[in-house]
Amino acid sequence: MATFTAPAPRTGLPGFLGFLRRPAVRKLLLLAVAAAVLVPLADSRWASGTWPHALTVDLTEPLGDASTWIIDNRDSHPLFLYFFGHVSNAVVLAVRAVYLVLLAAGWAGVAAAAALVAWRVAGVRLALGTAAAVLTCGLLGMWVPTMQTLALMVVAVLASVALGALLGLAAGLSDRTYRALRPVLDTMQVLPAFAYLLPVVLVFGIGVPAAVLATVVYAAPPMARLTALGLRGADAGVMEAVESLGTTARQRLFTARLPLARKELLLGLNQTIMMALSMAVIASVIGAGGLGDRVYQALASVDVGAALAAGIPIVLLAVVLDRVTGAAGAEGSAAPAGEGFEETDSRWTAWARWNGWPGWVLAAVAALAVAVTGRLAGRLDWPETWIVHIAEPVNRAVDWMTDHLYSGVPYVGGTADWAAHFTTGVLNPVREGLQWLPWWAVLLTVAALAWLIGTWRTALTAVLAMAAIGVLGVWQPSLDTLSQVLAAVAVTLVLGFGTAVAAARSERCERLLRPVLDVFQTMPQFVYLIPVVALFGVGRAPAVAAAVVYALPAVVRITTQGLRNVDPAAMESSRSMGATGWQQLRQVQLPLARPALLLAVNQGVVLVLAVVIIGGLVGGGALGYDVVFGLAQGDLATGLVAGAAIVCLGLMLDRVTQPTRRRTKKGA
Amino acid sequence: MRRCTTGVLAACCSLLALATATGCGAADMTEQASPFANAQGARTVTLSTQSWVGAQANVAVAQYLLEHELGYRVDTVQVDEVPAWDALSQGRVDAILEDWGHPEQQQRYVEDKKTIVDGGGLGVTGHIGWFVPTYFAKQHPDVTNWKNLNKYADRLRTAESGGKGQLLDGSPSYVTNDKALVKNLDLDYQVVFAGSEAAQITQMRQFAKEKKPFLTYWYSPQWLFEKVPMTEVKLPAYKEGCDADPEEVACAYPHTPLRKYLNADFAKSGGGAAEFLKRFKWTTKDQNEVSLLIADRKLSPEEAAKRWVRGHEPTWRSWLEK
Repeated sequence: MATFTAPAPRTGLPGFLGFLRRPAVRKLLLLAVAAAVLVPLADSRWASGTWPHALTVDLTEPLGDASTWIIDNRDSHPLFLYFFGHVSNAVVLAVRAVYLVLLAAGWAGVAAAAALVAWRVAGVRLALGTAAAVLTCGLLGMWVPTMQTLALMVVAVLASVALGALLGLAAGLSDRTYRALRPVLDTMQVLPAFAYLLPVVLVFGIGVPAAVLATVVYAAPPMARLTALGLRGADAGVMEAVESLGTTARQRLFTARLPLARKELLLGLNQTIMMALSMAVIASVIGAGGLGDRVYQALASVDVGAALAAGIPIVLLAVVLDRVTGAAGAEGSAAPAGEGFEETDSRWTAWARWNGWPGWVLAAVAALAVAVTGRLAGRLDWPETWIVHIAEPVNRAVDWMTDHLYSGVPYVGGTADWAAHFTTGVLNPVREGLQWLPWWAVLLTVAALAWLIGTWRTALTAVLAMAAIGVLGVWQPSLDTLSQVLAAVAVTLVLGFGTAVAAARSERCERLLRPVLDVFQTMPQFVYLIPVVALFGVGRAPAVAAAVVYALPAVVRITTQGLRNVDPAAMESSRSMGATGWQQLRQVQLPLARPALLLAVNQGVVLVLAVVIIGGLVGGGALGYDVVFGLAQGDLATGLVAGAAIVCLGLMLDRVTQPTRRRTKKGA
Repeated sequence: MRRCTTGVLAACCSLLALATATGCGAADMTEQASPFANAQGARTVTLSTQSWVGAQANVAVAQYLLEHELGYRVDTVQVDEVPAWDALSQGRVDAILEDWGHPEQQQRYVEDKKTIVDGGGLGVTGHIGWFVPTYFAKQHPDVTNWKNLNKYADRLRTAESGGKGQLLDGSPSYVTNDKALVKNLDLDYQVVFAGSEAAQITQMRQFAKEKKPFLTYWYSPQWLFEKVPMTEVKLPAYKEGCDADPEEVACAYPHTPLRKYLNADFAKSGGGAAEFLKRFKWTTKDQNEVSLLIADRKLSPEEAAKRWVRGHEPTWRSWLEK
């Protein structure tokens, strides 16, 4: 655990007094004093290694009763008839309307419309890419599922954006709302998607409404956060100037604040779309239909090829949406700040800008024309003969891989042997170590780590979250999950930092890496769960492997960016002093990039947790299995308690790795 | 203050808009179908496919015949067993074609709420048990009795099972008493949950490829038997009621005739589709044939169903006639 704190910058062996003056040491001393008082007390009352039984609350009965009540009253109680029923109805109607429009436009119309929107927003190059991506979905034989997912996504994203913008507006304009909302949004940001599924299923039952609502709850927070951030970050000087013109509050909002926050708003939209897409896939477990359902069904027959055929459209959708909304955001910021990272595209946008509405009208007319032509030609459905079947060759490749890599490879051993070694050599000792530690020692460790990296507030939240896990009575499985997270994070950081250093040093390396990172980051986790089983067998090792693959891109990306952004002057001066490349890295780049490294750790931990939970589907056991069990058996008590424990674990891990106040101190 | 009232006003307006959009008055969630159903004026039947391939085979053949012989559009939704009952009672799904026995749900929905009706037998008998690969059973014939399992515990050890032998279990949605069985029969085994059937099958095939021994929870009819021959381990014989207390179970699993269930409204007003699904009845051999085409030959369920339908016309003709 201690390895996660970034290396201390310089150790000059100061005197004992100077040593005491360091804040980290003072914090630890304070904690030690507190522990010296509290631990004997706690230990004498509840002497046990694991969480004491006396301090748990059994929720099985009330949760079971609640679930029965809901099932019994779902079709008669006014709350359901007059509220949830309407919500559910509205979702069904909306999704259906979008779906019918998409079907009526036909494949040519949808492709044309998508390309033209991309052209208006982001330029010709992305427009061509968008058209190609949409057509590829058809080529893979996934037209109808893609449209179903798209319909669901459109509704979910619109709802998330509306909800997020409203919350963000409230938080952006009122300090009190902001203070109340921020911790909630921060927390929602780190929750694994899986934890959201059960509560909505309970109320809405399996199906599209539940899936859409789970998606909205999952995807709205980034929009709210960034809207609030954008509104609050408005330049004070500009605001004052606007105010002196005698504007009303509403005018100020619409003419100054919102336009100034454009970049954040678009970034919020971008993040909301990405999160909605990843959730739309996971929501196939609760009957979302569409592409996610195809992936899920293909996995049931261990058909990696078919799963991939449905997974590729998801990745394409994600990449296209990400680039288009990203380009829109970059365009807005390029003019005032001049820091557009999409340089290649901004040239095109400048060329393609037809000054507002004439261009849009042209785009709309063109899309309509294509749709009508498609309709008249009677070519609404994707033609059967144009489908390329990729499932079989992919499956052959996967079979070959598992045949030749699974075990008995000379010298290095097979993947199965690695997995076994990893399980017995790393996972088991870590788990046993954690479970062997007395419960108060775990709490103390959490407090110490969180306080060293963050503030006493984050430490308190982390400790309370950890204690809540104990109170819920799932201490042991949670530590099991924690051990998997720790092992996966360690592997991710080693691989991620290594790759990032390479990418930061060489342009070519980074260019090669970028598309790979994009694909891995947007790939639905379901798709690689099965090849991972084929390579590593069933158990915790494949869950860890999947988590590593999922978290790696974010870690690599953040670290690379952090290393790149190190002040060139500092680099230059160190080079002139004759530092070797290695010395430069160790003594200049890494210390200066510390905030980025900590952020990478934080992101890595959150992402790893999300996938380790899904690893319950491939034998990861622990909390993930409990959630799957709860969903599968309709056993709310098990599922919800495990879900709550995951929430607490996520909160704890996030707070422990959250460098809150450090950024301001790193001025040098 | 004014902003606050505007906010409340806006919230009220949006609620109102929502209510008018979905029609005033009560909105019964049980009356809502999937938004993807009945698109472009087709008559749609929604079938629940469970995650195992046998269930997919039922659905594939029913879907093929409904679409090509009766002119319906068929939507399939993959849901686990218990939530599928829930969805069936709400009308989100019209039929479950293979149920392995859920007494609690049956009592609640069929007997009490009458939102689901029994759709008759599927014609297939299901059985759950513990299995070892036949190559291992041939070398060590006595492994097929539970009394000798402890002798082999150390040969069945894996990284996941700790110091004990590994009993591989599958998806959490399946009916299982294995934890209680291991405890009550005093076996030196650890139940390891693969978490999904796909993961379990992948693992079993890997073991089989290397001719390694393994002990697994498995069930028939199942296509994997054709690929990895397995022999059942005898557990203490099943007697009526011996599995009543889930903590105290110490006997084998029963043989269950699999049943179909239909949504009550659909059964009444589903017309030809409901009649067809009630009559749908085939054999274990038929089901395995289709399952094998899907899971092992990697045909699409539709293609597999087409091949079966081509070869078994007399069987399915009888499901169609009035």
